[in-house]
Parts: sequence; structure tokens; C-alpha cells
Amino acid sequence: MATTMTKAQIGLTGNSAIAYAMKQINPDVCPAYPITPSTAVVEEFSSYVADGKVDTEFITVESEHSAMSACIGASAAGARVMTATSSQGLALMWEMLYIASGMRLPIVLTDVNRALSAPINIHCDHSDSMGARDSGWIQIYSETVQEAYDNLFQAVRIAENEKVLLPVMVCLDGFITSHAIENISLIDDDDIRQFIGEYKAQHPLLDTDHPVTYGAMTLPDTYIEFKRQQSEAITRAKDVVSEIGKEFGKRFGREYGLMEEYKLDDAEAVIVILSSAAGTTKVAVDELRKAGKKVGILKPRLFRPFPFKEIADALKNVKAVAVLDRADSMSGFGGPLFNEVRSALYELEKRPKVVSRIFGLGGRDYMVKDAVHVFDELLKIVETGKVETLTKYITI
Amino acid sequence: MAEKKNLPIGGIITEGGTAHEYATGGWRKLRPVLDKEKCTNCLICWVMCPDSAIVVQDGKMIGFDMDHCKGCGICAEECPDKVKAINMDEEKD
Ligand code: SF4
Ligand code: SF4
Repeated sequence: MATTMTKAQIGLTGNSAIAYAMKQINPDVCPAYPITPSTAVVEEFSSYVADGKVDTEFITVESEHSAMSACIGASAAGARVMTATSSQGLALMWEMLYIASGMRLPIVLTDVNRALSAPINIHCDHSDSMGARDSGWIQIYSETVQEAYDNLFQAVRIAENEKVLLPVMVCLDGFITSHAIENISLIDDDDIRQFIGEYKAQHPLLDTDHPVTYGAMTLPDTYIEFKRQQSEAITRAKDVVSEIGKEFGKRFGREYGLMEEYKLDDAEAVIVILSSAAGTTKVAVDELRKAGKKVGILKPRLFRPFPFKEIADALKNVKAVAVLDRADSMSGFGGPLFNEVRSALYELEKRPKVVSRIFGLGGRDYMVKDAVHVFDELLKIVETGKVETLTKYITI
Repeated sequence: MAEKKNLPIGGIITEGGTAHEYATGGWRKLRPVLDKEKCTNCLICWVMCPDSAIVVQDGKMIGFDMDHCKGCGICAEECPDKVKAINMDEEKD
């Protein structure tokens, strides 16, 4: 673990912080197949296993498809299960992601975001997790190492909540967050143990006195009912995420909501953006605010389920919005976040102008000047009421 | 519909042995027919049948559970060469 200590804080990379959080959670089973840039999560966690620091059954598998399959088997058996992956690894899990959510198994996965091939690239973008956005997993995006660390504990609670019972994906940006050392506050093991509690599966396969079947076939007479149950569960998850974020704040002093609003109150021009790039954008906002510009940021934390009402409410007085996506849906109509934010705003009486900007694919740097440039464009839209370019690539 | 609202979550089945209640013999194309004269009651077919569709009573092979026999012919194949007490006949449509 790469560490440096200062006062009550410790310097950790995102990967080390995730591995350390997993050590504190001490899951029953961790099937994993390491892949860049999440390798260190699996590597460091396997050291904890080897050193006897955790009781986890660590299963080395031959692929990510097998990793997720083993997660599913172990979770159905009644275990608390965690794993981590990135990019092609998540893509190879695809088939099993849907099975995990359909079987309502509260698995927690860390996705260290990385671009998908081709062309092959190991650096950050969100094409991996955005591709999995319809897989029925709850998705939480983290801006910083601290957020990623804190989110992992909350993910366990959210997944296992009896109103939810769904798998959760905690996302952080590959290399940017996974490999940068940040000073973070750790929580005591005992406090974590109390916060997450013990996991008691409702229908564990290993309870042979109450035999159950997982994965049975359903025909047209029931399949749709099961999907509706699943849809209702992920809809309910939104309030559970809020409640647990508040409880986390009460216990540990860092409260989490569905999204973060940065200088949004009187903002006329707003960037909506996920994860680490929100931090860069905050610097641009601070600079522009000094010059008297009314700019702000909306950083969704929860992307699945999509908090459409809350997002519309947060943006209802804004005049121009740019949704910045670190992934392209290849629909010819902007990125995935853009489409959903724009759709959420449709319910408003007075809708802001909304444009799509795709940035930073394959790890291309997104700088303060890029954010400033987007804000300049937005302020022009505020002034003229006209959108010149609805969708385009930036950081080019 | 009220019943459907209470379906167990995740499509699980919350009791064991429910395969008994689900007749899977409907898609059989070939039907096993036993020649009682030849059968030596060695019960190899009972061991080999993948659907537990060989009915045995008092240690004797007495026939087939046609609700669950899928007509795979494994029993006929595995019945010892010198005996060959099971024949696979075409199902009538
Ligand atoms: S045909 Fe197949 S399923 Fe039917 S009794 Fe023989 S072995 Fe069993
Ligand atoms: S394998 Fe043949 S001989 Fe043996 S019990 Fe079955 S039908 Fe009879």
C-alpha cells in the first residue's frame, strides 16, 4: 500500500483505498481477475488474504466472466461478495451482470473506469460502466479517492438493504483517481463493522433445511412480473441511497446525497459532469466566479437509478446547461448522460438550453481551460438564447 | 394476479423437489417400451436415467414415469447387450 501519513490523514491511491476498504469490510468471498487499471485493488487485497488479515475466500479465476459467475454462485449461497474490474473485464462480465441483478444478488463491484477497445487503450473514460448502465446494477460515481473509499461501505449497505437487494457498482476514474495519491481520512475498523453490520441472506442456497432453486426458467406467464419487481427495487434504491448517505454523514462527518451541487444556487450556466473531471471543473467555476460569471456544476453521484426529478429540480432556474460525457453512445446524438439529463428536463415548464460535449475519451486530459471554454460557450447561449452546436467533441 | 404480486424475488423457487410437479415429458419423440419377459431387474436403467423416470417397486423395474421421461433412449442403450429389454418406439403425434 503506497502510504504517507499527515495528521489524522493518510495518503493513499484510489486502488489502495479500495483494497483497504475491502479489507475493512472483510467480505466472505472475492472472486477476481486483475486488469489494468484496477489491478492493484486485487493485488493488494490478495495480500491481505495471504497475510490472514481477512477471512475472505479469495477465488482466482480464468476470466472476468468466471469472476462474475463465481460472485453469483457465492452470493446465491449466502455470502457477502465483492470484486473489482475495469474496461474489457467488465465487458467480459456482461452476460453475468444481468444475471446478478435479475437474481437480486447484492454483490459489490468496484469499476475503475477505463476505455473500451478498439483501438486498445488502458486510460480513463466511462465507456465501460456506461455500457453496463442497463444491466440492472446500481451505479455510483466517485470524484475523489475519499469518495471512492466512502462509497464502497455505503454500497454494501445499499445492495443488502431489504428494499433493494441489487448489485452495486462503485466507479472511480482509471489512473486519475486509481493511481493518484490523495490524503484521505480512514474510518476505524470497529465503526465500519457497526455501520455495515452482518449480512444475512434471505434465501441462501447453503441452507439445506430450506432448499431453494436459483436461476429457474420463467415463461411468458411470470417473466414480466419478475422484471417489474426488479424495476421497482431499483426505483426504491434512490431513497435508500439518500438515507444511507445521510446516516454515513451523521456517523463519520461526510454526508453524501444523490448529487453534488457546486455554486448552483444563482447559476445561469451549468456543467453537468461525473467523477474526477468535476474537480477540474470546480477550479474553472472558482476562476469565473471571481470575474462575476454566474456559473456552477451539477455532479450526479447516483447514475443508476437515475434521479431525474432531483436533477430537473436542481437545474430548473438555469438558462444553459452543458452535459459533459466521458463516453459516447454512438447514437449520433451526444453522450449517455446528456440524453438522460436532457430527457429529465423535458418535464420542466421553462427548460434550459442543453448541449452535449464529449470529452477526455481514452484518457485525454481535460483541463481547466477546457471547462472555461465550455462555460464561455454557455454564457454566449445565455446571452443570445441560441445554440450553435448541439453536440460535439471537445479536448480535441 | 394477486398471487403474481407475491412472487418470490429474483425468480427463485422457495421449496425443493418441485420438478415433480412440472411435466417435462411433453416434447418426447421416442417412447421407451419395456419387455418384461426379458428384463432381469438389474436396475442399470434406473441408475442411468437422467430424469429419474424409471419406476421401481420392491426392487423390480416396473415401467416409466411418462410425465418426466423425455425419450432420450439412454435406458435402452444402457440395458445390457445380452438383455436389451427396452425398445424405443416412435411417439404417435
Ligand atoms: S428414455 Fe431417457 S428419460 Fe425416458 S426413461 Fe429412458 S433414460 Fe429415462
Ligand atoms: S437395464 Fe434392462 S434389464 Fe436392467 S432393469 Fe432396466 S430394463 Fe431391466
